[in-house]
Parts: sequence; structure tokens; C-alpha cells
Amino acid sequence: MTNHWTDIANANLILVMGGNAAEAHPCGFKWVTEAKAHNKARLIVVDPRFTRTASVADYYAPIRTGTDIAFMGGLINYLLTEDKIQHEYVRNYTDVSFIVKAGYGFEDGIFSGYDAAKRAYTDKSGWGYELGEDGFVKTDPSLQDPHCVYQLMKQHYSRYNIELASQICGMPVDAMQKIWEEIATCSQPGKTMTILYALGWTQHSIGSQIIRSAAMVQLLLGNVGMPGGGVNALRGHSNIQGLTDLGLLSNSLPGYLTLPGDAEQDYTAYITKRTQMPLRPGQLSYWQNYSKFHVSLMKAWYRDNATLENNWAYDYLPKLDIPNYDILKVFDLMGQGKVNGYLCQGFNPIAALPDKNRVMAALAKLKWLVVMDPLSTETSEFWRHVGPYNDVDTAGIQTEVIRLPTTCFAEEDGSLVNSSRWLQWHWKGADGPGEARTDVQIMSELFLRLRQRYQAKGGAYPDPILKLSWPYKIADEPSPEELAREINGYAIADFTDATGATIKGNAQLAGFGQLKDDGSTASGCWIFCGSWTETGNQMARRDNSDPYGMHQHQGWAWAWPANRRILYNRASADPQGKPWDEKKRLVWWNGKAWGGTDVPDFKADSPPEAGMNPFIMNPEGIARFFAVDKMNEGPFPEHYEPFETPIGINPLHPENKKATSNPAARIFDSVWDSLGVAKDYPYAATSYRLTEHFHFWSKHCKLNAIAQPEQFVEIGEVLAKEKGIVAGDRVRVSSKRGHIEAVAVVTKRIRPLQVNNQVVHQIGIPLHWGFTGLTRHGYLTNTLVPFLGDGNTQTPESKSFLVNVEKV
Amino acid sequence: MASQDIIARSATTTVPSSVRNQEEVAKLIDTTKCIGCKACQVACSEWNELRDDVGHNLGTYDNPQDLSADTWTLMRFTEHETDAGNLEWLIRKDGCMHCAEPGCLAACPSPGAIIKHANGIVDFDQDHCIGCGYCITGCPFNIPRISQKDHKAYKCTLCSDRVEVGLEPACVKTCPTGAIVFGSKEDMKEHAAERIVDLKSRGFDHAGLYDPDGVGGTHVMYVLHHADTPTLYAGLPGSPTISPLVELWKGVSKPLGLLAMGLAVLAGFFHYVRVGPQLVEEDELPPLKDPAVHEVDPSVHTFDPRGEDRP
Repeated sequence: MTNHWTDIANANLILVMGGNAAEAHPCGFKWVTEAKAHNKARLIVVDPRFTRTASVADYYAPIRTGTDIAFMGGLINYLLTEDKIQHEYVRNYTDVSFIVKAGYGFEDGIFSGYDAAKRAYTDKSGWGYELGEDGFVKTDPSLQDPHCVYQLMKQHYSRYNIELASQICGMPVDAMQKIWEEIATCSQPGKTMTILYALGWTQHSIGSQIIRSAAMVQLLLGNVGMPGGGVNALRGHSNIQGLTDLGLLSNSLPGYLTLPGDAEQDYTAYITKRTQMPLRPGQLSYWQNYSKFHVSLMKAWYRDNATLENNWAYDYLPKLDIPNYDILKVFDLMGQGKVNGYLCQGFNPIAALPDKNRVMAALAKLKWLVVMDPLSTETSEFWRHVGPYNDVDTAGIQTEVIRLPTTCFAEEDGSLVNSSRWLQWHWKGADGPGEARTDVQIMSELFLRLRQRYQAKGGAYPDPILKLSWPYKIADEPSPEELAREINGYAIADFTDATGATIKGNAQLAGFGQLKDDGSTASGCWIFCGSWTETGNQMARRDNSDPYGMHQHQGWAWAWPANRRILYNRASADPQGKPWDEKKRLVWWNGKAWGGTDVPDFKADSPPEAGMNPFIMNPEGIARFFAVDKMNEGPFPEHYEPFETPIGINPLHPENKKATSNPAARIFDSVWDSLGVAKDYPYAATSYRLTEHFHFWSKHCKLNAIAQPEQFVEIGEVLAKEKGIVAGDRVRVSSKRGHIEAVAVVTKRIRPLQVNNQVVHQIGIPLHWGFTGLTRHGYLTNTLVPFLGDGNTQTPESKSFLVNVEKV
Repeated sequence: MASQDIIARSATTTVPSSVRNQEEVAKLIDTTKCIGCKACQVACSEWNELRDDVGHNLGTYDNPQDLSADTWTLMRFTEHETDAGNLEWLIRKDGCMHCAEPGCLAACPSPGAIIKHANGIVDFDQDHCIGCGYCITGCPFNIPRISQKDHKAYKCTLCSDRVEVGLEPACVKTCPTGAIVFGSKEDMKEHAAERIVDLKSRGFDHAGLYDPDGVGGTHVMYVLHHADTPTLYAGLPGSPTISPLVELWKGVSKPLGLLAMGLAVLAGFFHYVRVGPQLVEEDELPPLKDPAVHEVDPSVHTFDPRGEDRP
């Protein structure tokens, strides 16, 4: 979240789209209720289904799954043509006046630089700003230059008129108009809209670009950095935010530092590429400090073995031979027999990944599979024949499966990072049962044994293992406190920080501003620096006072970065440093420094007249409508159809097959044959979660099993009548990849949509059931989902695919 | 709860000698804030250690399907299309309404099996329950259920054990959106009035409070978007009253019944005097066990919420 849970109470308008906050985040949803009760806020829900969130909404409109960019693109066009934008914000805090390179182009649905054979934009050289001789971006403050971002954006979205958007989305024009009008009111400086989304936006082949289109709307409205504003990802697992923060993606290092590629063997070049110098005069460009974060990380990991002489142990870091080993890639390799062993920690891939049958076949090729989990998961029992629910030939599977029972989150101390970026310490409620051990214990013992083997027998390159610092008092059981202190960071030797203060060796650091690239500091994750200081564990704080009445709660737990609750909060004040509106005050310039109800996300002593802009992580200092080369399918979000489209064409580019679906999505050659077409699978399906269950875990709990005992699918009344299906019937839902059977819930809440002059029916498929646990056995819903993903995150397209439905 | 807190007992005409002066409480369920998450259902089962069967999906979101001796509250979902063509998903938490004039208490023939506390809570005392089911007939909301395990009646207690020590009911504590609130009846009415103003500003012209007069008002009240048509909410009675059968039982037929019972006793006495005691045949079979009553599911006694999910 750019903002945070309690801040939702500051909103005047709440848009829930690409998510179902009331069902998936009922506790966080209380802040929506607060905004409605105390701020007279209105709630808009846009969703393929009329959800339980919609049941308490002021406005609801249906949308065809996977068409959110058409809605947002149309909205951008509407805001620009109706002139409903926050002018001063947009002019000062965004890139509208920047001149784009002449090489940039967009034709018939494809941006410049595309290589159709490789299905990738191999030449992104045109996707950038025109630089002047001074090294700074050229601008046209009059916004008249046809190649300035404003004009290019206006031109790009001029195609998204309301009739076309309505035809793509299947949303009636009057409903669309009504919602756009309501949203447009938030361009007033004192009025903010918050957008809440979740997997309903990420799990598409165009997921990242959907979210970018939402961010563009919020920038036009001046709602980023504002209380009650922002673009807010509601995280699914309680610590999934912590997962990305700590760099658990295959191409990441902790704190959003990045792993080098094969071509980056030279340390200096690696650092230089990531040390971004300002692209406009007077800007902070905070990534200039990259080397401080990187060296401190390497000191935390390798301590005395990371030295200036060995480039801070740069050679110990793996270098990626391909851009990333995302989960689709790993299972594709596994399916090819190129992965022999798999350590599966807190993950249930045959239930969570797309195309269960493909994943099963891949697992069956493993020599061994280790599953670390508190529960018996479907993955740990993938070899077991369970009637039609897991119809496998057990004897034919030779994979050795080893289960290591772990404790669950409530059985260990530690911190979780929630959607708000708050690190909240928690204390265990009970000891784990039986032989269960914490993940830390298991991984530590594994490490110690590996180290012992390398010590005894050598190996191809033992240094990254042997030289690792392991300072914990009990070697096979590092305590959560020790780990948290190391992740925060400490002084290795006495040093003087930027303010001139002397920091003693071994002292906990107060914040990432103290980090150095000369080896005198260590920090396991620079953005967490400040979470465990000399004054103690900041994550354990539970002071919910709110002196300004702005729902910021500075004393509750600790938020990264630097306990800032709202990112880019400098943008809540006008260029002169005064809040845009007194009711929406967050930080302001008091004549000497920035301060207020939140920790300024800014250089605290930079006066407004110095012209530093709020988006300090970008070298331009401003927010980008034009994403330069950061996205894989183009600088502006463009609507592409789901790979399995019920209408077969992209109404924006009906003649260009290459532009039907995302031309730069993650799809392997072997997957094309597994995709169905509307002729055979006529209905647009979407998968989702229910409030009664948490993923595939809670079906092991009796009370959750009672509250939602048996697998079902949701079918609209009109289609059900056509098919002769009544509520309670068993139906078979099939895709090109397999089928499931479930009880039919026939509902008014899913209506046929008018799309591209034809009727499209949608089917809702919840996903919690499987063949373990206390609920009635069910089929794994992801049997139906295609094995392909987003072009940037590789997130599977679990929210849009085609199925057929028959009464059993 | 202390006996001084009880103001009425079933089948008991004596007036309590002293009653503590207690403020009347109420639970307010705001159907317009409810998101149907069923957390209240689960919290109720947790607090009262109830475990119903893992049932089936019968084509709706309602689960369990109905109240039972092991399900004291549940969400009932209704899809409703307004005249203007707007779709609404009305979700109502169903359970005991804790009537000011409880039909169950009026109907109950067993002394002290149903009691009413001074704070308004209507509670069942299973030690005195004879399982006759008259409380079901007496209830205008169709709430009490007879257990198949012990043949006694069960329903929501409004967490009288929690309220007694100053805690809110478990469902109230767990409700994530504040759709269920608890306090003095006066405060709850005031809160409801504020909610109704807000709802009217959102176009719900008929928003209102459900606190029906026919049962003397209730200690569980609803805020409804459509207070003019409560039946929309899965058949919530428009104007609930106590069944005339109960009035009959308590009015005319009860003295007649008592007279009949007295005559039967007299007849028996004269029969004994004239004929003597009945002799039992030596070879008579032992009485058949009633399995439902005597073979209680062992899980009732050994239930361990911690153990059930783990081997």
C-alpha cells in the first residue's frame, strides 16, 4: 500500500476494484466502514460478481474479467477531456511536461521496438526521455510539444471513448458514466479517493499494467501521497509484503536491491548502473545511495569476509543467467526433467499454481521433494490417489517425499509485515505440537550440515557457504530477536554519521541514513533499518495515540521506510509547502523543516523554494505517467485481451492478431496447445477466495469447514436457465486443461454482459477445496487455469480463462 | 447469574422476593454494515464450544443451512432486486431476539427451564428442560432447537455468562466491521437513529429500526435498509406475536388441563384402593435403551478444540 489500513478512514471515496476487500480482508475493511460512518464516504465496487463488498457499496457495476485497463483508460480519457484533473499537482509533481524520445511510437496495438519472433520488446531505446546537453530531461511547461508526455498520453487514450470502453468491459454506459463522474469529483484538492485492489488485478497477463493505469488515474486526481488516497494493494498472506521486502523473489536481494546478471561480473559496473543520478536539477534521486545499502547487506551476510579488497564479497553473489527464475519457469524446467529436487517451504504449488495436471506431472519427475509445512498439503500428498479428486497412478510416481512439520505463525515469536508496510512484532500463543520445529531451526540445521559437508569434502565453490557470518548464540536455533537486530543493522566499528554524531561499534543503527559503503555498517535489509534501534524493538510498540486525529498512529509498531506511514507524503502539500487542504494535512514546511502528522518522505531540511520534488526515489523527482523502459509491454498501459478471450479479438485492434493478447506476456512454447477458444469453452471464468476460508489452510479447521463445507461454482440465473441448471445441482466445469465438479450456486449476482455486440456469461469459481482437510473433498480449482503469466511479475492469469459448464 | 438477577421463570407464578435494578441491554445488528463474513457464527461456536456437522452446499451461501442445537446463530443471505432494478444482497444474522415478552417462556411448562434476567436476557436452563418443544411453538421467530443428543432445547444465550462479568457477547467482540454492537438498550436505539440518518442520505428512504412491539420489543434489534418490509430479510416476521396456541395454553386450557391431571390422580388412587398394585410379570424383557438419549456421542465429552486439527 502507498497508504495504510487506518488511513482508509480519511477517504471521501473508496474504489474497490480487482479485489473483494470485505470478504478477503474483513478486518481491514472496518476502515472502509469508518470512512462511510464518519467521513460520509461513498463506496464503489467494480467486479465481475456482485460480491459481499458490493452488498455494502453505494454503487456497483459489473465488469468483464480482465478488461480493467479499458475502464481505466476510458477514465483517463474522460478526466483529460472533461478537464477533471488536479492541475497544480499534475503540472508540478508528474512528468507531463517531459519530452519523450523521437524513437517512441505506438502503432496498431504494438509499441516501438517489438520482436515478434521473441515475443518481447527487445529494443526499448525509444522508451525514454529526451535529454539536454546538461544531462537533464528536456521539458515543455506549456505542454504543447506533441512529444511531451501530456500530449502522448492524451493521444494514446483518446481511443478509449466511453462506448468502446463499455463494449470491451461489458459495463453499461450509464453505469460507467455515473462512476466516472463520482471519481472525477476527487480532483478537488481537498477530496481524495483510495483504490483498494488485490489479486483481482495482479492475476492477469496484463496485471502490472492494470495497476499502473490505476496509478495514472490517482496522479491525475492528485491523490498520491494524500491522506485517504493512494493505490493500495491488499496483501493476501499476513507476511507476503515481508516476503518481497526481504527479497525472496528469484531476482531480488533484500530491500528491493537486485541480483546481478551473468553479464555483470564487474562490481563497479554493477553499482554504477544502479546508482541513479538526478535527471532534473535539484532532485534527491535517493538510489544514489545504492552502494551504501548493498555494502551494508554484504557486511551483514559476510561480516569480516566482505572487504574492500574482495569488492565486498561480490563474487559470492549468484549471477542470473536469465532475467529470473519465477515459479512458472521453475516448474517448466521441472516438467522438462531439469530440476531433480525441490524444497517446498510454506507453499502448496499443486493447489496454488495454474494447471494442476501440468504441475503434477512436473512433481512426478522429481527425485525428491521436501515439504516444510504445518499441515498435510495437497502437494505433500500429490502422489496419493484420492478418487476423482486426485486421479493419479501412485505406483507410477517414484518421487521420494519428505515432510518436515513446521510451527505455524502463532507458534513463534517474530515480526510480520502487513499490507501497510508495518512491521508488527508478535509473541507466540502456544508451542508447536509434536515434532514441529520453526522454519528458522530447520533452515539453520540444513545450513550447518551443508557447511560441514563443504568443510569436510570441499566443493566447486565453497566460499559463499563457508564464509557466511553465523554469529548466533545457539547456532542451530538463531532467535527471532537476533535476526531482527541483524536485519535492522548495527555499527561494525565506531564511525561518524552524516550529522556528525559518533556511533559506537556494535550499536544498533537508528535508520538507513546512517548506512555507509566503507564497511563500517551492516544491515540485512536497509528499508527495515530503524525497526530495532538502540532504544529497543520498535516493532513491538503498541501506542495507538493519534494526536492530529489523522489516523496515522506513529507509535503503533513500525512502518518502513523510516516509520513513514504514507509514501510520497510531500505531495500532500503544494509546491510552497502548505497542505492542499487543512482537513487533509499530512506534512508541511514550518519555515525551517518538514514535519507534521507523518514522518516526511522527503529531505527534511529542503525548503520548498529549492524545488526538490516529492518522488525522491525517481531520478526525475516526479511521478511518471510515461513508464520509460520499466515495464515489459510498453510505457503506457494498453488493453489486451486475456489469453483465453471470450470474444476472440481485441476491439481496440481487431485486425492485428499480434495485439489481441499481451505481446510480451510470460508464456512458454509448450503452453499454446493447452489454450482453449470460445467455440469450445464459451464462458469467461474467474477464480477467487471466500471469506470463510483462508487459501488452502483453513479447510483443516472444523469451524471453517462447517461455515463453507463443500465446493461450489457460481452461475448467473440466465445461463443456468439456458442450461437447465438449478441451485444445488452438480455441474462439471471444464477448460482445455481439465475439469472439476461442484455444486451450482445459481445467482442474480452474476449477469450476462453485452460485450462487443455479443452476450458474455461469466462463471465464478472459488478455490479453497482439495483432497486434504476437514471439508468435503473437492477438486483443485487451478486445474482449470492456464499456465501463463504477466509480462513483468510472471503472476499467473488465474482471474481470466475460458470454461464450459454442463449439468452432471 | 445470581438469582436476584432473574425477573421471570417459566411455569412459575411466585414473584421473586428481590430483583437487582439492572439496566436493560441490547445487541444491535446493523444489516447495512454486515458483510456476511460469518465471523460471529464462528465466534459463537468457539465461545460456547459448539461443533455442528460439516454439511453440504445446497446452492446458497448459507451454511449451516439452519439453526440447530449446535448452531445458535447463522447468516441468512437473500438476493433482492428493487423496483428500480438495483440488486441487493441482504444478509441477516439470525438467532434469538431476546424478546421483552418471550413467547418461549410463556409456553414452557417446566418450572425454571426458561428464565428472564433483569437486563432482558432470556436464557434456557437445560437442567430443568424436559424437551417438550413448546418453546418452539411459543417463539414467533422459530429459534429454539431440540438437541438430538440430550433432547433438550438450545438457543443463543446472548452470552449471559460473558455479559454477567462485564464482557460483550462473543459475536459482538469479533464483528470486524462493527455491524454488531452491544450496550444499554437506550444507547443502542440512539446509535441506530444515527445510522438511519446516514442510510437515508444514501437513498434508503425506508431505513429503520426493528424492535417489534408485538413481543414487547426485543433485546436484539436490527437496523434494516427496508424496515417497511422486514420479510425481505429471509422471512423476518413483519409483526411478530406470540402464537395464540400459547395464549390458549396459558389462558383457558391450562387450568382445565390441571383439573384433568388432578382427576387422573384421584382416579388412580381409587383404582389402587379397589384393585391393588399392578404385578409385574417375571419374564418381562428389560426396557429398550433409547439410543438417542443414552448413547451420547463421545465427542460431547472429549471435545478438545486444540486436538481436533492435529493427529
